[in-house]
Amino acid sequence: MNWAVSLRLVAAEEFLSVTGLVLLLIAGWAGDKAARAITWLSVAALAVAAVLVAPALTHGAMGAETSAFFGQFAADSFASFAKLLVYGAAGVSLALAPGFFERFGQFRAEYPILGLFAALGMGIMVSATDMLTLYIGLEMNSLAAYVLAAMLKTDDRSPEAGLKYFVLGSLASGILLFGISLTYGFAGTTNFAGISHALQGTMSTGALFGLVFILAGLAFKISAVPFHMWTPDVYEGAPTPVTTFFATAPKVAALALTMRVALVAFGAQMAAWQQIIAFLALASIIVGALGAIGQGNIKRLLAYSSINNVGFMLIGLAAATAGGASAVLVYLAIYIVMSLGGFAVILQLRDAEGQSVESISDLAGLSRTKPGLAFVLAMVMFSLAGIPPLFGFWGKFVVFQAAVAAGLVPLATVGIAASVIGAFYYLKVIKVMYFDEPADKVAGSLDPVHGLVLYASALFISPLGYLLTGWLGGLAHSAAAALFHGA
Amino acid sequence: MIQLLAFYLFAALVVASGLLVILARNPVHSVLWLILAFFNAAGLMILIGAEFIAMLLVIVYVGAVAVLFLFVVMMLDIDFATLRAGLVKNFPLGLSIALILLAELVLGLGANSAGVLHLGVADGNAAPLAGAPNIEAIGAVLYSRYLFLFEAAGVVLLVAMIGAIVLTHRERGGIKPQNISKQVARRPEEATVNTQPEVGKGVSL
Repeated sequence: MNWAVSLRLVAAEEFLSVTGLVLLLIAGWAGDKAARAITWLSVAALAVAAVLVAPALTHGAMGAETSAFFGQFAADSFASFAKLLVYGAAGVSLALAPGFFERFGQFRAEYPILGLFAALGMGIMVSATDMLTLYIGLEMNSLAAYVLAAMLKTDDRSPEAGLKYFVLGSLASGILLFGISLTYGFAGTTNFAGISHALQGTMSTGALFGLVFILAGLAFKISAVPFHMWTPDVYEGAPTPVTTFFATAPKVAALALTMRVALVAFGAQMAAWQQIIAFLALASIIVGALGAIGQGNIKRLLAYSSINNVGFMLIGLAAATAGGASAVLVYLAIYIVMSLGGFAVILQLRDAEGQSVESISDLAGLSRTKPGLAFVLAMVMFSLAGIPPLFGFWGKFVVFQAAVAAGLVPLATVGIAASVIGAFYYLKVIKVMYFDEPADKVAGSLDPVHGLVLYASALFISPLGYLLTGWLGGLAHSAAAALFHGA
Repeated sequence: MIQLLAFYLFAALVVASGLLVILARNPVHSVLWLILAFFNAAGLMILIGAEFIAMLLVIVYVGAVAVLFLFVVMMLDIDFATLRAGLVKNFPLGLSIALILLAELVLGLGANSAGVLHLGVADGNAAPLAGAPNIEAIGAVLYSRYLFLFEAAGVVLLVAMIGAIVLTHRERGGIKPQNISKQVARRPEEATVNTQPEVGKGVSL
């Protein structure tokens, strides 16, 4: 192994760590006054990191030349695709933060730095080709996330969300570690390629237990049913920019990680995990759709919506083909933009005193008081429901197409049926906004940064988004090919 | 022979001090017995040749965890009399849990004597390095093969530290912190005042 080559392959991680440390020093000397400047520097750092990882995707890098540090880290096109999504989502969530926290006078200089380290951890997660790398990346992201959730001290729900997330997240980490240790015991290595090599043929019961525990731990991180209980509480309690962050970047990272674990480390044992993933997918779709119906809080509603959407993505993974993997990546990219747009609207919902408006009944008649916001939120809702002219439909379409191509017709059928149930609660929000008597709760003007995010994402999910299908599909295809390289 | 003696010594002490942890009336004594249990467990680890784990037990569990317990126990003013008052009420529940655990133990021993479960055997490179003590084996790979992970683990600890400070540090008003540079820069002229108070008037400062 050549150190220079390895160090070059982790260039984005090195850059983010060094920038994080320098910004931490700046924050230490300049204090919270510099919080806004540090936020923009962090966003710029994420942009630079994105530029550093992009060539791997456009060149379709895969195989031995992308493997760094004795096969612990892979800078292939799959990792690059996921990292671009992660850095983009993290950057946008960070950019949304100052406008929100400054309303409460609570914007700390550490906020963007923790966001930066979380993005660093997620980058390590999606590049992990060793169980140790996986765990360290996951913990780096999780620890930063626990703190971010508890950051808004003026709201009691925020520390509560942080504590809940911490306790349940630690439990999930424990389960994951237990699974990793079992797998290590039976495979004799923590390296994904090594595990795949060791687990050829019939799988021993112990290794199967390891696989189940690892998948349970990862299912917690992507909030798939039955490990979803924390999601609504944490999404509701965490400050809205943090919820935006949780609903986007960590979802990409954890799902990409799950894909790599399932398709590479346990690639020789597809029959063993396919039914587990199929169950997680169906349970998430159904519970996500039914659970959202009774929700009165828009953030809780979007939490259930994210559970539901994770189910659709897992259908693509259950297909266990390169087509399925690339469908998941396309779905993820579209889902990220929809979520960012949706949360950018929610960030704008505040009453005359500057308090956040989160109750769906307070959105009544929003189309008359704030037609622009109502229109974008309606678009996001239609798109999340997967109604055709909007881009959200395309994500569901490619996933179901991959599932049918892999012979999972029953799974696809149940998924489509459940997406009709899901459409109900999305449409309910639109009905409240457009056909109910105005509650006239929402006041305040549009923050320019939020407005930019809002309209950019609206443009992406509009029918104009279909112009991108070829390009997006091509990138996702090249990324998925890296996972199946040498399999 | 000496190994056998040492094993029985350590094992008996682990069991005895483990019992005393739960039997001691004073919680501070419980923690002290726990520390003794950790020490003897470390001795057992040395006997099976896992000296690295033995040192971790002493450094991490005794040095950090148990001392932390001790601080918590001493700082929390727990009234153990009221805690014990619920004993009679919870006795049936406790007894049933104990019975279940006993039944499981008996079942496990019975199953074990009937022939152990075969879950599979470890292969590949899980086998230890031949001839090297395990501290050397860890040291040989920690800063070379696992350099990236070692550094990344450092960042994880940094994130945890930032998080702890962010969540607990508060700017408090109305306190008088020490300003060393101000103290050092103080001159005698500023510090002393010459006054000539009139008789019966006192001094105003």
